[in-house]
Amino acid sequence: MENLNLFIRSIFIDNMIFAYFLGMCSYLAVSKNVKTALGLGAAVTFMLVITLPINYLLETYVLKAGALSWLGPEYADVDLSFLSLIMFIAVIASMTQLVEMAVEKYAPALYSSLGIFLPLIAVNCAILGGSLFMQQREFDGVWTSVCAGAGWGIGWLLAIVALAAIRERVDSYSNVPKPLRGIGITFIITALMGIAFMSFLGIKI
Amino acid sequence: MAEKIKNSRVFLNPFSKDNPVIVQVLGICSVLAVTAKLAPAMVMGISVIAVLAFSNVIISLLRNTIPTNIRIIVQLVVVAGLVVMVSQLLAAYAYEVSVQLSVFIGLIITNCILMGRLEAFALGNKPWPSFLDGVGNGIGYAVILVIVAFFRELLGSGTLLGYQVVPDSFYELGYVNNGLMILPPMALIVVACIIWVHRSINKDLQEQ
Repeated sequence: MENLNLFIRSIFIDNMIFAYFLGMCSYLAVSKNVKTALGLGAAVTFMLVITLPINYLLETYVLKAGALSWLGPEYADVDLSFLSLIMFIAVIASMTQLVEMAVEKYAPALYSSLGIFLPLIAVNCAILGGSLFMQQREFDGVWTSVCAGAGWGIGWLLAIVALAAIRERVDSYSNVPKPLRGIGITFIITALMGIAFMSFLGIKI
Repeated sequence: MAEKIKNSRVFLNPFSKDNPVIVQVLGICSVLAVTAKLAPAMVMGISVIAVLAFSNVIISLLRNTIPTNIRIIVQLVVVAGLVVMVSQLLAAYAYEVSVQLSVFIGLIITNCILMGRLEAFALGNKPWPSFLDGVGNGIGYAVILVIVAFFRELLGSGTLLGYQVVPDSFYELGYVNNGLMILPPMALIVVACIIWVHRSINKDLQEQ
């Protein structure tokens, strides 16, 4: 129940795009049509679901203050938390590489549709942000991190697909002032979507 | 002489014509997230200038020894090392600001300005121009950050850097702070307005 609540919260209220602005660069760059947006969104969701639990285990058993006590009592006061940034980004970069190779081998069709986006995900701040939020909020369990990861990923996917659908129509049907064309109007659309998403605030299951 | 002109252009272009935020559209995440108040925005700006300048220099020094196919990982490691230093320094000397910035200092690692400049400039240029490029782009980023934070704090809380600037007599006349400015979506609107003004002045940047 707790986890379900977290999952729903992560999709709508703590939405990566509208509440924290994470992963904005690719969100703005790859939202010109719905199909590619869907592909990138799926890839981001997938990476969040994989890397969040891994980083959670790393944080709990290696990095946190006193986390190494399972090695023996003399390690009980070792605190490696200053290494967490480097460890998290290393996990994300290497997981991206691994997933890319696995997808290429076992699902070539998916690979060719996602192809270019997979390596780019290593530098998508939504993924690293997810891990940092996990650390900051002290999640208590692998399942919690899986649920939060899935929620954040689906929220991101929702946002980018919705924006892509709106942009496709704005480009062909509306007369935007010249200086605002392209990136300017995209910002305003995102802001309005963000305000709409704020109406989910306070929902609890 | 030609070298000198080139260096000054490298340094000055990112201020307006080639601004990393509003023209290259890089590093948007942090621009929007840390600008509700002026003080964290300034700290963030300074941190990014420092990390960008030094990572540009380091990558530029290493540029002939890095194998092309693992360059992304090398870049990430260099940037991550610098960011860890910045976040530890902030936690030691400016603890309150570092709490306000929370995860966003860590997220400098994945700030696309860094990867963008490293890829586009530092990998192909000597250390000194790379340093100038890093400082220039960092300042271009910080300027936008400060402008956005200035308007959001002034209109949203009636304060600047924590000091009240809207006089009490205004409030007695019925002036109310615009609470919406504090909320994340308004950062996007402010940036959109900056882009609007900027592109009205520089017509060659307009998209068709």
